[in-house]
Amino acid sequence: MEDLFTIGNKQLQSRLLMGTGKFSCNKDMPKAIEAAAAQIVTVALRRADCAYEAENILNYIPKNCILMPNTSGARTAEEAVRIAHMARAMGCGDWIKIEVISDNRYLLPDNQETIKATEILAKEGFIVLPYMSPDLMSAKRLVDAGAAAVMPLGSPIGSNRGLQTVELLRILIDEIDLPIIVDAGIGRPSEAAAAMEMGAAGVLVNTAIAIATEPAAMAHAFKLAVQAGRSAYLAGLGRVMPNGAAASSPLTGFLRDGEVL
Amino acid sequence: MSFLQEMEKYKDLDLPEFFSKIKDQDVLSVLRKEKLNRCDYLTLLSPRAEHHLEAMAQRARKLTIQNFGNVMQLFTPMYIANYCDNLCVYCGFNHDNVLERKQLTMAEIEAEAQKISETGLKHILILTGESQKYSSVDYILSAVQVLKKFFTSISVEIYSLTEAEYVQAVQSGVDGMTMFQEVYDSSIYKELHLAGPKSIYEFRLDAPERACRAGMRNVNIGALLGLNDWRKEAFFTGVHADYLQHAYKDVEVAVSTPRMRPCAAGFPPRVIVNDVNLVQYITAYRIFMPRSGITLSSRESRMMRDHLVRLGVTKISGGVTTAVGGHTKGEDSSQFDISDTRSIAEMAQMLYSEGYQPVYKDWQGLY
Repeated sequence: MEDLFTIGNKQLQSRLLMGTGKFSCNKDMPKAIEAAAAQIVTVALRRADCAYEAENILNYIPKNCILMPNTSGARTAEEAVRIAHMARAMGCGDWIKIEVISDNRYLLPDNQETIKATEILAKEGFIVLPYMSPDLMSAKRLVDAGAAAVMPLGSPIGSNRGLQTVELLRILIDEIDLPIIVDAGIGRPSEAAAAMEMGAAGVLVNTAIAIATEPAAMAHAFKLAVQAGRSAYLAGLGRVMPNGAAASSPLTGFLRDGEVL
Repeated sequence: MSFLQEMEKYKDLDLPEFFSKIKDQDVLSVLRKEKLNRCDYLTLLSPRAEHHLEAMAQRARKLTIQNFGNVMQLFTPMYIANYCDNLCVYCGFNHDNVLERKQLTMAEIEAEAQKISETGLKHILILTGESQKYSSVDYILSAVQVLKKFFTSISVEIYSLTEAEYVQAVQSGVDGMTMFQEVYDSSIYKELHLAGPKSIYEFRLDAPERACRAGMRNVNIGALLGLNDWRKEAFFTGVHADYLQHAYKDVEVAVSTPRMRPCAAGFPPRVIVNDVNLVQYITAYRIFMPRSGITLSSRESRMMRDHLVRLGVTKISGGVTTAVGGHTKGEDSSQFDISDTRSIAEMAQMLYSEGYQPVYKDWQGLY
């Protein structure tokens, strides 16, 4: 059976979402997106410029992808909402990734403002994917606010530090009834695989692909890693022995020894 | 709390003494640390750290690409008036200098904007001298309304405003301000700024913070290199940036590293800041403040700029004129002589050849 997942009303095959910042050349982007087989691609609206066709980043997104503008640069819910409205007016569709960041040193998201923006935009018919700090109560509020998926960070944006928030991600994956897409911080394919093994519905990768020496080759590596991690999750991972190998049931083996009734 | 109080913490700092104790091992230890404190930054500014420039440059390059990507933002300045009431001894616009004074009309500003926008740029930096008569806040903000038709991001490099005036600017659509302290040493500042509103050191020093409080998105600070010991000025610029970034987390704090250039004032630099010094400053700052922007102007030569884009710079000018109306009327009565005269298209070509994507638009004004 095909392993699809749904965001909004869209059934998706690819669990690798891609970002478009930091590439040394717009022309490298479509090749990387294709190699990743990504179906959802996010673009910072602040960079889109319909008045300058040759340099307009929107012209480099393959037409078969879902374009998901993001609100990079928004410091408040109000600014995020304005950017979303501009994106819609520019013909970028109804998908929106909310980024509300009022910390320029670590680029950590502001969960409260993110929830506010999600609520407003979801009511307006946007398919909202909010980027957030992994916090269970905030994630629940995002669900209530109408988010289509929840995108917690693995570590700060662009840091390539991997899944530093692993315990909190695990809780979100267990408790939130929406797709959890790990966004930000994933620096190498093995970390994407680890997120997928845990049961994440998908991962969003940008920096690790964009600044690789060969972006398209790295995108392909991420595609394979996401598929491997997902397959492992579906296959059911064996339990982990914290202190090395152990007898199969040292404490309750007596129950099978025939001495008890 | 203001930055003046923050600076007080360093009043007993004896730089020669500090630097005399720095050994190679100290520099290497700093370079192994993940996150630097201010003392580490000063270590990287030491004469001893000059022996480790390649290692500093490698780390600076890696951090810049990781945090900003293989991209470089482009911008150009537009001088709209050069009347000035100040007597800054090193500046071409100094009130007592004989040069043709101009103030562009709104129609002339529109013509300049039209010309610049044909390059594809969406970021503009407008500059004036300090004159309540010829470059009042109302005049500048009227210019902003004209410029909004052509650009999605407008920054100002003008005299120090009050907080209320910065609020007014932000509400009018200004999203960035550049304010050079020129020199952080207050006694040298007083020697060089003989008269006019700019002669009040504290009011200028606090201007970036007033802009932060007013909701400005981008605040760009800097010291004019050549007026004092560059290591000291670089240190205080870094401390100032760190102070602002800590206190105003939502502001994008950036620095410029302008070196003095020849100008109508004919004032020679008090201190020579050579190319090695500039590279040390830029790389040390990048390692200290990995996410902060570094702006490089056309004061630097083509050769230096081609190399510096790889060492930490995130924003670079092109198609520059420092004359009022220079984009449409040519170069005369400029503030200082520029060194790199390449156009925006030529800068874009250079960036592509260096593996960087030129960014013409990186913000969409919301108001």
